[in-house]
Amino acid sequence: MNMKTLLATSAIALSLSFQAQAASVPDGVTLAAEQSYTFWLLDAIKSMDPQINTDVEGSDVLRNLFEGLYNEDSDGALVPGVAIDHTVSDDGLTYTFNLRDTAKWSNGEAVTANDFVYAWRRLADPATASEYAWYMELMQVENASAVVAGDMPTDALGVTAINDHTLEVKITTPLPYFPQMMVHASTFPVPQTVIEANGDNWTQPGTLVGNGAYTLTEHTLGERVVMEANDTYWDASNTVMKTLTALTINDQNQALTRYLAGELDRVDIPAGQYPRLAEEYPDQATSTPYNCSYIYMLNVGEKGPEALKDVRVRQAMAFAIDRDIIVDRILQGGQKGAYNWTHWAVADFERPHSEWADDMDQAQRIEKAKELMAEAGYSTDNPLELRLQYNTSDDHKKIAIAASQMLKAIGVNIVLDNYEWKIHTDRMQSQDFDMARYAWCGDYNEASTYLDLMTSYSGHNNGQWFNDQYDQIMADSKTAADPQPLYQQAETLLTDEMPIIPIYHYANVDMIAADIKGLPQNNVNNTWYGKDIYRVAE
Amino acid sequence: MFSYILKRLAIAVPTLLLLIVISFLLMHSAPGGPFTAERELPPQVLANLNAKYGLDQPLWRQITSYVWGIVAHFDFGPSFVYKDRTVNQIIAQGFPITLTYGLLSFALAVIVGVSLGVAAAIRHNTLLDYIAVGLSIGAQVLPNFVMAPILVLIFTLWLGWLPGGGWQGPEYWILPVIALSTSFMASIARITRSSMLEVLTSNHIRTARAKGLPERRVILRHALKPAMLPVISYLGPAFVAMITGSVVVDIYFSTGGIGKAFVDSALNRDYAVMMGVTILMGALTILFNLVVDILYGWIDPKIRY
Repeated sequence: MNMKTLLATSAIALSLSFQAQAASVPDGVTLAAEQSYTFWLLDAIKSMDPQINTDVEGSDVLRNLFEGLYNEDSDGALVPGVAIDHTVSDDGLTYTFNLRDTAKWSNGEAVTANDFVYAWRRLADPATASEYAWYMELMQVENASAVVAGDMPTDALGVTAINDHTLEVKITTPLPYFPQMMVHASTFPVPQTVIEANGDNWTQPGTLVGNGAYTLTEHTLGERVVMEANDTYWDASNTVMKTLTALTINDQNQALTRYLAGELDRVDIPAGQYPRLAEEYPDQATSTPYNCSYIYMLNVGEKGPEALKDVRVRQAMAFAIDRDIIVDRILQGGQKGAYNWTHWAVADFERPHSEWADDMDQAQRIEKAKELMAEAGYSTDNPLELRLQYNTSDDHKKIAIAASQMLKAIGVNIVLDNYEWKIHTDRMQSQDFDMARYAWCGDYNEASTYLDLMTSYSGHNNGQWFNDQYDQIMADSKTAADPQPLYQQAETLLTDEMPIIPIYHYANVDMIAADIKGLPQNNVNNTWYGKDIYRVAE
Repeated sequence: MFSYILKRLAIAVPTLLLLIVISFLLMHSAPGGPFTAERELPPQVLANLNAKYGLDQPLWRQITSYVWGIVAHFDFGPSFVYKDRTVNQIIAQGFPITLTYGLLSFALAVIVGVSLGVAAAIRHNTLLDYIAVGLSIGAQVLPNFVMAPILVLIFTLWLGWLPGGGWQGPEYWILPVIALSTSFMASIARITRSSMLEVLTSNHIRTARAKGLPERRVILRHALKPAMLPVISYLGPAFVAMITGSVVVDIYFSTGGIGKAFVDSALNRDYAVMMGVTILMGALTILFNLVVDILYGWIDPKIRY
């Protein structure tokens, strides 16, 4: 999509969305007397500070306590948040956001452009030591890298309050998806006076001041988080749901049991249980695409095994894995087998045609894999020995066992290495692996969030597949009028070189109480807002 | 007695120091760190984080400033992962919860366990004995991570009587307490029974019976006290095991207790929380062993300090 059409579509989305604000309850629907929604958290919330939080679950809570420039609707399209709209300069490098003058903090003070300036500087400030400081760099905000490194003062950051309701941002490269990035929790405004008065404790219930549709009333670490509708929120009159409660339950099966006992309105369904639950509770079991891809990353760098430097071996291994067995027999939750890197449901992305994915069945792929292995000098009589590393999880283990059986058939003997999360990550980052389980969740709904990761300079390319042509394609995509053909070229190059073995594309597999309405069904990032939800009378 | 207690407390100080140093070194030798994440942090951000939490200092300096913080200010430092909170705050939230269900479980295990054990011993080789022994073996082989889901299945999902987790009031305490106490209850019952059986055949009981004392008095006054010695020596470590073993209860019942914080801190490499909880557990172990030794002297006059 080129810049002009993007602006046109986002302008349409923005103008349409004025009706789509907050909970849109259809006529004739009777609301339940008690409007409360209880959702599930796998782990304790690590931080309720927008610039400190690093977790998806933390973001789910933060989106209700704070509001950024833009929100998303149930299809993932942008809708106004604190910003009503924006304009962009002809060179695509200066964004000017117009903020609504009705936005208020929960202490009654007005939300101004200065609050955003403070929050963004705080994110980049070395003194904050935010693990998400790099997000400012990802956003290409002017001088972000120098500020994060401490080489420039924070006021050198390219974000300025022109007046109370006009925010100007200067970026260094045109980014077609820049407005989408404003949905991320690390860009949310924070109240300077409250933070300066309370220090690290400012996020406690009673002290926390936010500008979201809810306020924090209770937070027992590892037990629950309770949020109540915020009267000072600019659209409070359209908020139907009065109370949001998050229960921390560390065990997925236990969470499902408590859902079935009526203690929760939404939980994830553990792998393998979706078919049974969908049959028993057709009005509650749901599966929707979720913006993450699961792969085996191959170490083609200096410390990696010699055999993996041979592209024939890498391709053979990718061909040999039967994805249908993994998604239909192991996961069983509506996930899709992956033959490329970018998630299939990402906006505007279309997977390029590839021979092995589209023109061959699994038997043919296995034949081709055996041929390739024979050319490379391996067979079942003279097998290649490799170690497959994964982090502790029943699902990863099942998939690894299945994959090792499939690879054995083409002459690759796999030894499974199970490590707990931190060791797994540490070993991957020090290139101490042959092949390793990896998953990536898109930061925004656009293909570059996946494809950028495989550039030589991404810092996440642990398999060290460095390719100049690929880097060039991705660099060109940043300024291209329509980046999609370049994304297809990048995907084709990945298929030809096969530095990663795609396994499957994620799905959100949930049980959702039948009387809860307004949760997004077509939003691949599963970005949801309590203000959009309501409970109907049964 | 008083000087004995003082002496024991004096030994506790170097013991705790040793515990701190060893845990500190073990922890830092584990691969990965608190800021290891799927996305590798830019070097500058990592350097900023390390500087903020003092991880850029040499190990010996980290240990000494850590110990100094505790001794001088009773400050266990900030959590490296739960960044809105200090270790003191995390312990202040989680420990009272764990202590509550730990003490309740302990009381339940002792009362039911001892009663069951005594009853079985008195009615030796009767149906009551067999039932008591059967129950306690059953309870002991059923670990709490099996017990917890079974309890939730029955009392939450099927009967709908009790909440399946959380920590909001007394009705939330029942399932965790049962799950945590049953295996201890079983051990106490079995120890009490065998010890009681042994005491009941000893000379002083025969004498008491020969004097014509009523059986009730023989049991309560003369048999129970000596029969409790092995039980008491079990109780000290058992109490600590309950607090440290609260992990399973915390995970299944989402109590917000300290056990889960302990496991998380190890997995997250949250050095400060891990140290704080380790020291707390260490101090508790030392304290309860001391209490047991004092009780010993009170129950058995032959023991002198």
